[in-house]
Amino acid sequence: MNSSTSSVGPITALRADFEGPLRLLSGQEIGPFSLAYETYGVLSPQADNAVLICHALNASHHVAGTRPDDPEDIGWWDNMIGPGKPVDTNRFFVIGVNNLGSCFGSTGPASTNPASGRPYGSDFPVVTVEDWVNAQVLLADRLGIQRFAAVMGGSLGGMQAMQWAIAYPGRVAHAVVIASTPRLSAQNIAFNEVARRAILNDPDFHGGHYYAHGVVPRHGLSVARMIGHITYLSDDDMAQKFGRSLRGADNYRFGFDIEFEIESYLRYQGEKFSGYFDANTYLRITRALDYFDPARVHGGNLAAALAPAQAAFCLVSFTTDWRFPPERSREMVSALMRNNAQVTYAEIDAPHGHDAFLMADSRYHDLIRTYFAQIAQDLTAQAPPR
Amino acid sequence: MTRDQTPSDRHGLSRQANPHDGLRPDLAYIADWVPQGARVLDLGCGDGSLLAWLSRHKDCQGYGAEIAHDNLLKCLAKKVNVVQANIDEGLEMFSGNRFDLVILSQALQATQRTEHILTEIAQLAQQAIVSIPNFGHWSHLVSLARGHMPVNQRLPFQWYDTPNLHFATTKDFEQLLSSLNMTVLQKAYLRESRVTTEPVRWWPTVRATLAIYRFQSRAQAAVA
Repeated sequence: MNSSTSSVGPITALRADFEGPLRLLSGQEIGPFSLAYETYGVLSPQADNAVLICHALNASHHVAGTRPDDPEDIGWWDNMIGPGKPVDTNRFFVIGVNNLGSCFGSTGPASTNPASGRPYGSDFPVVTVEDWVNAQVLLADRLGIQRFAAVMGGSLGGMQAMQWAIAYPGRVAHAVVIASTPRLSAQNIAFNEVARRAILNDPDFHGGHYYAHGVVPRHGLSVARMIGHITYLSDDDMAQKFGRSLRGADNYRFGFDIEFEIESYLRYQGEKFSGYFDANTYLRITRALDYFDPARVHGGNLAAALAPAQAAFCLVSFTTDWRFPPERSREMVSALMRNNAQVTYAEIDAPHGHDAFLMADSRYHDLIRTYFAQIAQDLTAQAPPR
Repeated sequence: MTRDQTPSDRHGLSRQANPHDGLRPDLAYIADWVPQGARVLDLGCGDGSLLAWLSRHKDCQGYGAEIAHDNLLKCLAKKVNVVQANIDEGLEMFSGNRFDLVILSQALQATQRTEHILTEIAQLAQQAIVSIPNFGHWSHLVSLARGHMPVNQRLPFQWYDTPNLHFATTKDFEQLLSSLNMTVLQKAYLRESRVTTEPVRWWPTVRATLAIYRFQSRAQAAVA
C-alpha cells in the first residue's frame, strides 16, 4: 500500500494576521497576533473536505512535506498525511496550524510586545487549549471553512480536537482524538512541574526576559525536555533500545559524566531541543496541558462536558502509553456512549509508549485510513452533481 | 472470542436467500427478537453485520465491542460504532449506559469468567440475548464415544488449541441462568448444517447445534 504514497513535497508556510483582541480564558486579551500555518491538498468548492491537524507539546504547523529551503526538514506527521496516506491529501484539504504562544511563527513570548516594543517574555499571557481553539476558529473563518470534515490531533492535539467538538459542535463533523486524555493526572502535572522548575531556576532565565540578555535558559530547557522524553517512551522500549549499555567503555568509570547509552541519548535530545525551542513557550504549553479539564465545571462529569458535542469521535490509545494510558481514552469512550455519540475506539498494541501516535504502526494507520476513507465516501455521497 | 471462529461464514451459509439479506442465520433469529428502535450493545460484534442490519431495518442505535483489530475495520466500513475491548477484562466502560438490549452471540464459551459476565451483562441492559453452541449435540456424543473431543465445522478447534474454554449443554446453560436469578423470556434451538439452519422442535438437547436465549435478571424486571 505504501508504494502508492508520496510526500506532499516542499511546502511554504503561510501566516494569517489578526487584529484581535482575542479574549483569553485568563481574562487577559491579546492582539494583534499572527498564526503560522501550512495547507496540503485542495479545498473543495463546497469547502467541506477540510481537516485541521492540532499539534502537541513540541511540534508546529509543519505537519507534512518538507521546507522549501530544507528537504531534510520533514513534517512531524508526514507518515500520516500526504497523497495516498491515511489522511489522503488527494481527497482532503489539510491544515496544520501553529498555536498561539508557540515559537515557530505564531505570536508567542519571543514576539515583539506592541506595548513595549520588546519581546513579550514573561508578559505573554498564559494560554489554554480553549484559547488555542478560539484562535484556530478565526483561521478557519479566514480560510472560508464553516465546518471541518475532521479535527485531529495526538496527545495535547487530541485535547484540542475534543475542545473543538465541545465548544464548536456545528463546526466539526469528526473529532479524531489519539493518545489523549480528558485531563492530566497528578503524576502528569508532577512531571510538568519538575520540567518548569528546571527552566525557572536556570540562572539564564532572568524572570522570563532572557532575550534582552542575549541568553536562553538552555540547561533548564534541556532538563525539561529530558524529563518529558522519559514519559514519552515505554520502559520496554527504552530497555530494548538502550538497556544498560555503557557508552564508549567496557567498564564503569566511577564518575558523573555520561556512562550509559540512555544518558547520552537523553542529553542529546535535551541539547538539541534547547537549541530551537523557546523556554517561555515550554512553560505555557505545559501549563495549558495542566489546566485542560472540560469536566471540571461539570463537577467532574465528563459526559456532561461532552454533551454539546455533535461530532462522531474516533479515539485511539496505545497499550504501552503510560503518560496517557488507555484507561483515559476508555473514560472518554464511556462518556460518549452515555451521550449516545458516534464512537470508534481502538486500543493499539504497540511497544513505543506515548510516542506511538507518531509512528507508522500498520494497524494504527489502517484504522485511520479506513476511518478517513469513510469520511471521504460520505462527502462524495453528499456532494451535489457537477 | 470473535464471531469469525464460527465456521458458518466460511461455508457460505449466509449466501442463501433470506429476508435478512446476508445476515448469518443464527444472527437473523436474534435480529428478529430485537425490538424496533432498541438501544443495543453487541458484545463480540464480529464484523458488525448484526448491528448494521439492526440499524438499517429496525432503526436501532448501538455499539459493538470487539477484540479483533481486523473486525474493527470491517465495522468501520459498515458504519457501525465499534469499541475495541476484551470483555473478559470487565465491562466497566459500558456501565452507566441504559441499553435496552445486550447481545452476546457465540462468545460466552470463550470467556474466562463466564458466570460473572452473565451477571454483568444482565445489569447493563433491560434484557440480554445470548447464544451458545450446544455441546450435547449427537455428533459430539459420537465423537466422544469414539474416544475423541469433537472437532467439526462448527467447533473447528483441537482441544489443545481452542479459544473455547467453557462448554455447556442447553440444559446446563438453562440451569445456570436459573441459578443466577435470570428469567428466560424466549428461546430458540437451531440445527445448523452446511446448507441450512432450521429450528429444532423435538429433542433439542441432542439435536440442536445452537441455542439462543432472551432473558432478564429479576432485578432488571423489578426496575422495569
